[in-house]
Amino acid sequence: MKYLFLLYGPDRPLPEPGTAEAVAMFERWSAATGPMAEAGVLIDCAPVQPASASTTMQVRNGEVMLTDGPAAEIKEHFGGFTLVECADLDEALKWAATLPTAAEGSIEIRPVINTSPPG
Amino acid sequence: MDSDLAVQDGCEGSLARTGTATNSDQLAAILRDQWWAAVASITRRTGDLEVAEDAVQEACAAAVTQWPRDGIPPNPRAWLITTARHKAVDLMRRDALRATRETEAAHEMGRRVAEPAGLAGQSLQPERASGPLGDDELALVFACCHPALDPAVRVALTLRSVCGLATAEIAAAFVVPEPTMAQRLVRAKRKIRQAGIPLAVPGRDALADRLNAVLRVVYLVFTQGHRAAGDSRLIRADLCDQAIRLARQLSLVLSGEPEITGLLALLLLTDARRAARTAPDGSLVLLADQDRALWSAEQIAEGERLVEAALRMGRPGPYQLQAAIAACHSTAVSAELTDWREIAALYRELARYEPTPVVLANQAVAVAMADSAEAGLAILDRLASEGRLDRWPQLHIARAELLRRLGRPDDAAAAYELALAAGLPVAERDFIARRMADLAAG
Repeated sequence: MKYLFLLYGPDRPLPEPGTAEAVAMFERWSAATGPMAEAGVLIDCAPVQPASASTTMQVRNGEVMLTDGPAAEIKEHFGGFTLVECADLDEALKWAATLPTAAEGSIEIRPVINTSPPG
Repeated sequence: MDSDLAVQDGCEGSLARTGTATNSDQLAAILRDQWWAAVASITRRTGDLEVAEDAVQEACAAAVTQWPRDGIPPNPRAWLITTARHKAVDLMRRDALRATRETEAAHEMGRRVAEPAGLAGQSLQPERASGPLGDDELALVFACCHPALDPAVRVALTLRSVCGLATAEIAAAFVVPEPTMAQRLVRAKRKIRQAGIPLAVPGRDALADRLNAVLRVVYLVFTQGHRAAGDSRLIRADLCDQAIRLARQLSLVLSGEPEITGLLALLLLTDARRAARTAPDGSLVLLADQDRALWSAEQIAEGERLVEAALRMGRPGPYQLQAAIAACHSTAVSAELTDWREIAALYRELARYEPTPVVLANQAVAVAMADSAEAGLAILDRLASEGRLDRWPQLHIARAELLRRLGRPDDAAAAYELALAAGLPVAERDFIARRMADLAAG
């Protein structure tokens, strides 16, 4: 069984790289995710771009409607996720529009930040 | 008619500080003409519109100090792009320096470090000095008009990144403080990068939809100029000119798309009436009362030719229909001798594409002219009773005009009051004040 921990927090940018704040943040997260990885339970863990980079999609009567930003005003509950690897937003939108949720609810397309260990 | 036209350029701030008036005007014109190509070229090389714009801005500032001293280079575009490329490398090195200190890997800067390679070498193709748009320029305008960006932001971003207007100028057009507009523009440029909005011309399957989004932006740039909200000036000529320039350049490369041709025709036919649309004191003159001798015969001729060419392609659309309507007005000797029956039919056709209250209201006015004021008023009353258009002053003005013609001055005055309450540019407020005074005088 897989679980997605959807991490809600304040919508603010990551600390500037190289700052003490950034180092401390990395260490705090590593302290949690390191043991998870060792235990073999961790598939992926990543921050996402701020809500300002988000796009929300709804497909109604075959027509794609896009909104600049997250689905803040839509009264729907988070019910799942799909993680895809695409060349650009247009490709991601094309795939998102094929999911049943696009026609029944809405899909927030939030770009994931590509991470690699510091070094 | 362009005598009061301020050339608003991304480089204007620096231009204002140097050079004689003639030189800086000439310089501003050259830089404005090359802005789009330069930003597009650097955006493709860096994949980052924010960096590209800063780099081209710095290159323009360098041109302003160097060109008056050394002479204008034979290929200004190549000069600007080469200079901007060096500036972009500097900007990205600065970012890269920060990135090397990066211990927190989860940061977007990392992406930038890997990429300046594309900037290092000479370009494979020589820069075109001018001529039709290349793929880079098209890619930039498609990115700025991407449907994942907020519609109002698309217009502002296109004015900045494609047309090269200064942020202050765009802020004035949108009636927001300059820092607010600057913030919106930065956010949009970041979203393009962070969300992976492609910097490419869309493929065949997506082209039609994406093109519609671009045409909408060009249209909104024009209307923003034609009906400058909250501005005491009724028409912002610079925005109208920018929209026409955009439509013209797009129509050159996408000549097989009748809606682009239709849009260009629509803008030309509307703009042809610019000089007649305001009285010497700045107040609004209605179409029916305009001095048709002031209309630009040249723009009308070109607009008519274009709308006919577009319609011959056999794929009608909303911009072609609106252009055909504008052409009906432009070729009429007077308001009375206008072919209102044809206009009403065109609006009926337009309503199939855009069944908006605004289109229906215009159809009502045409019906009032073609058939009877009562028939037109019936349509307007139906629209007014829906209540959705309470904040749209043109509906109330149209109702007031018909009520006036039907000899119902009290009802007309009430409708004018509603128009005033909905908020209007100063010139239109003055127009209504005069109408109400006439009604009161009986």
